[in-house]
Amino acid sequence: MLATNGIPTAEELAPRIPPAERLKKGPVAIIECFQKIPCNPCSTACKTGAIEKFEDINDLPSVDLEKCTGCGLCISKCPGLAIFVVDETYSEMEAAVSLPFEFLPLPAEGEEVDVLDRSGKTVGRGKVIRVRNGKYEDRTPVVTVAVPKELSMVVRNIRVGGDRR
Amino acid sequence: MKHAEIAVIGGGPAGLMAALAAAEMGAKVTLVDRNSRLGGQLVKQTHKFFGSEKEYASIRGIDIGRILATEVHKNPNIETMLNSTVVAYYPDDGVLGIEVEEKKWVKMKAERIVVATGASEKYLLFENNDLPGIYGAGAVQTLMNEHGVVPGKNVLMVGAGNIGLIVSYQLMQAGVNVKAIIDAAPSIGGYWVHASKVARLGVPILTSYTVKAAYPNEMTGALERAVIWRVDDRWQPVPGTEKVFNVDVMCIAVGLSPLAELLWQAGCKMMYVPELGGHVPVRNDNMETTVSGIYVAGDVAGVEEASSAMMEGRLAGLSAAKSLGYDDGTYEEKKAEALKELENLRSGPVGGKIRKGLAQLAS
Repeated sequence: MLATNGIPTAEELAPRIPPAERLKKGPVAIIECFQKIPCNPCSTACKTGAIEKFEDINDLPSVDLEKCTGCGLCISKCPGLAIFVVDETYSEMEAAVSLPFEFLPLPAEGEEVDVLDRSGKTVGRGKVIRVRNGKYEDRTPVVTVAVPKELSMVVRNIRVGGDRR
Repeated sequence: MKHAEIAVIGGGPAGLMAALAAAEMGAKVTLVDRNSRLGGQLVKQTHKFFGSEKEYASIRGIDIGRILATEVHKNPNIETMLNSTVVAYYPDDGVLGIEVEEKKWVKMKAERIVVATGASEKYLLFENNDLPGIYGAGAVQTLMNEHGVVPGKNVLMVGAGNIGLIVSYQLMQAGVNVKAIIDAAPSIGGYWVHASKVARLGVPILTSYTVKAAYPNEMTGALERAVIWRVDDRWQPVPGTEKVFNVDVMCIAVGLSPLAELLWQAGCKMMYVPELGGHVPVRNDNMETTVSGIYVAGDVAGVEEASSAMMEGRLAGLSAAKSLGYDDGTYEEKKAEALKELENLRSGPVGGKIRKGLAQLAS
């Protein structure tokens, strides 16, 4: 439960997960922002108008699923690192999950990494497809990792080079 | 005796914005800070900030500090005194006593003063709370983010407010293992997005837990073990619920209280408002205290987010300049804008505590 351990329950997550029909159409942003805090960079970063402008800066972001192209420009702009892009059309068996990753070492494209759920538990292995780490990302690199399709809504972190804890 | 039109005390987010706003109106500002560079706590905030573009949202605190400090340094209306600590205010003649570079004593008479001195960390009472290895969160951030030194290997973080959560994340980024984050409150006080960030690194957050005791290594005398226990709904510890952590660092992040000594010296009317972190100055909507000519902004006026501190600073700077007759006709509009922005920042559910505290202060 978010309020006691920072991990959203299935019920807390449900309103943020796009319907299956939308997921079949291609990449889409999933904003795991559940608390009304005064913050709006996601909407100012959105170039397609999919993240609607806030009337009140405390509003929760809402994504227009038809307008969202899954471009991922919002990922590195969210100060809460709460935005992910999921592409369930990546391949027949795999989904591509793009996530913010502010840790060193960064994975190389093509590298296999552990994939972790929202509680930091390793749930499998994934292959890094892309690492965006330019001026725009401003030291919040965006890593896209291919994972088994059934893990598309589970994987929200990666671990490079095995468990060091 | 040095003379200043407006003295701004403290070069953190509130003081920097106050100096820039007053200078923008045309006033001459002397910005005094005890550190060797401007920025206050911003110099160790490596995370991207919340808020809107007006408060530099999505830019890292360290970069906001740099941006504002650069603007201050190139502004011809602002003189900066670094390594200078204002240690006294003499109410009889309104003179500030400033210790410069720990060797010179400078007296300064300012026509207006903006006090933006920030806050200090609260501490926690438990057995052996003075062992080496037990730090305040601010010290951990200074060591790590300013000087590149990690405080140890395994950390127990005490406090799940924004500071505890953010510093835990930064420790993990630096390769330090945070074993757990505990908080005596039944729910997480910080933003949930910060909590989720550390949760997906595998750091457990335990609410309703407090520190029972800390134990030293027999050889070194430094922290080796921490014991926590659960508290019930009346904040009483429950025997038998102890958990043991083998840690060489305990980091205390249990809140801040306003650094208001100068305001006490000046005789400003103070009020104890727990929601704002302790004793805070009574002031009007120009951020002017009950002592005419003394303004406040930022954490010293009530512990809050940096975004609000910046807007309060802007408000105080504009108002101090206006009171000296500097107004090109834009004052009312700029003041209204800053007030509106502050209202927006505080209007949501997470601003409830601040709203309650401010209401009490206004009553």
